[in-house]
Amino acid sequence: MFIVDYLKEVYGAVKSLLVGMNRTGYYFTHHKEIITQQYPDNREELNLPERFRGEVVMAHDENNEHACTGCSACELACPNGTIKIINKFDISPEGKKKKAIDTFVYHLELCTMCGLCVEACPTNAINMANTFEHSVFNRGLLTKRLNNPDSKLKAGVE
Amino acid sequence: MFSLESLTTLVQDWLNKTFPPAIALLFEFVIVGVLAIALFAALGLVLVIMERKVAAWIQIRLGPNRVGPKGMFQSAADTVKLIMKEGLTPDGADKFLFNLAPFIVMMVAMLVLAPIGFAKGFHIWDINIGVLYVSAISSVSVIGILMAGWSSNNKYSLLGAMRSGAQMVSYELSVGLSVLSIIVLTGSLNINDIVLSQQNGWWLFKAHIPAIISFVIFIIAVTAETNRAPFDLSEAESELTAGFHTEYSGMKFALFFLAEYINIFIVCAIGATLFLGGWMPFHIGNWESFNHVMDYIPTFLWFFGKTFFLIFLIMWFRWTFPRLRVDQLLNLEWKYLLPISMVNLIMMTLVAIKGWHF
Ligand code: SF4
Ligand code: SF4
Repeated sequence: MFIVDYLKEVYGAVKSLLVGMNRTGYYFTHHKEIITQQYPDNREELNLPERFRGEVVMAHDENNEHACTGCSACELACPNGTIKIINKFDISPEGKKKKAIDTFVYHLELCTMCGLCVEACPTNAINMANTFEHSVFNRGLLTKRLNNPDSKLKAGVE
Repeated sequence: MFSLESLTTLVQDWLNKTFPPAIALLFEFVIVGVLAIALFAALGLVLVIMERKVAAWIQIRLGPNRVGPKGMFQSAADTVKLIMKEGLTPDGADKFLFNLAPFIVMMVAMLVLAPIGFAKGFHIWDINIGVLYVSAISSVSVIGILMAGWSSNNKYSLLGAMRSGAQMVSYELSVGLSVLSIIVLTGSLNINDIVLSQQNGWWLFKAHIPAIISFVIFIIAVTAETNRAPFDLSEAESELTAGFHTEYSGMKFALFFLAEYINIFIVCAIGATLFLGGWMPFHIGNWESFNHVMDYIPTFLWFFGKTFFLIFLIMWFRWTFPRLRVDQLLNLEWKYLLPISMVNLIMMTLVAIKGWHF
């Protein structure tokens, strides 16, 4: 019956609206829990969520070794040309030429923190860090080199 | 007991004694004008900070908390900022209409204030067609909005204005019908009479389910009529930047902003008058002693209490519901609110004729 469906629809709509208002009303009346960070008042004890995306970094271990093979997958994945991979050719002990990363250029000023490069990396060489206070007085400082000088590829990472 | 009525009679008597009637009337005009502007300014400051605090609390945030204790002077700081800003008129705009539009919107808000009873015997103009006057004047504000949108010479503004026009024209019907259902009960368009008819209980409680239905419809429809979320299609930040007032800046923008809040106040005042008894204290039938206790609370406190309760309700809507699409908006009005309010009006007439209400 048309009229029954109609009334059912109205009933369902009113009910769902009331459920929503109940939820927000609950939040309104329980004002103790605040989910926002009171930055900069709590700069010392900032409590950022683990997946907060502040900037792209490359992890190095204690031997100054990273996992970046220089495959350029991140460069291709980046939607706005933030990453530039500059490769060099290492000569392996057997005398073979081997491609390796020379400079991982990262333009922080272009980055939208989308995290696609991190997703694309086959060896998990890069990840998103929590740091977010990026202001500097000179724009040149925002162009970063992510692989440490003299760092090299971890053994066993292809 | 303190009442605003005695104050107004005092002022009027004194003015009439000291000055000839014409001059006294002139003075009264000036006083009323100043009071109205003062009310507007105060409302603007209070409602903006209230909205921001309500929004923050609903979204589990703190809200403005820098200016003054707990951020209570934030809206004053905002006002100062807006006054200092340049009111830009774009080159391609129709300059005359562009600059006129905010004032039309503001003027409408001011005019609607006239018949509202703020307290017992305290209103600007006690006309016998109060409700009709309000619904007639309030539809003029759509002209101001269309004017703003069209003269801006900006596609966002135009789209916003057109949406706003469609919205106001359709939702006015439901507002009118739900107002009518109370008029059926009171048999008078005079706001004072409507309030007095709720001497022994508010219509919301006296007239059973039809009153509740028309109250719900009224609240939904006025939310749409004042262009508030979830019906804020004419502003729709995410789609149209700011809709019809995209091109406005400085004080001209502030006038639109203020007019929005004043309109909310006014429709809530009307809602409070029709359904919640206006300045009438909470009375239950013939419980003389209970009614007497309630009478000790000044009537203007009752009025503002009820109005602010309704304003809070509308803010609660805004921060709970997502925005509708244009087709959903018109569906809601023409397929649901309008038929329901028509049937409801018939039911209400039956209730009124048979005398089923208390
Ligand atoms: S986070 Fe996104 S924008 Fe930034 S470097 Fe990675 S892919 Fe590019
Ligand atoms: S960071 Fe990952 S994806 Fe980018 S070049 Fe290095 S190994 Fe390839």
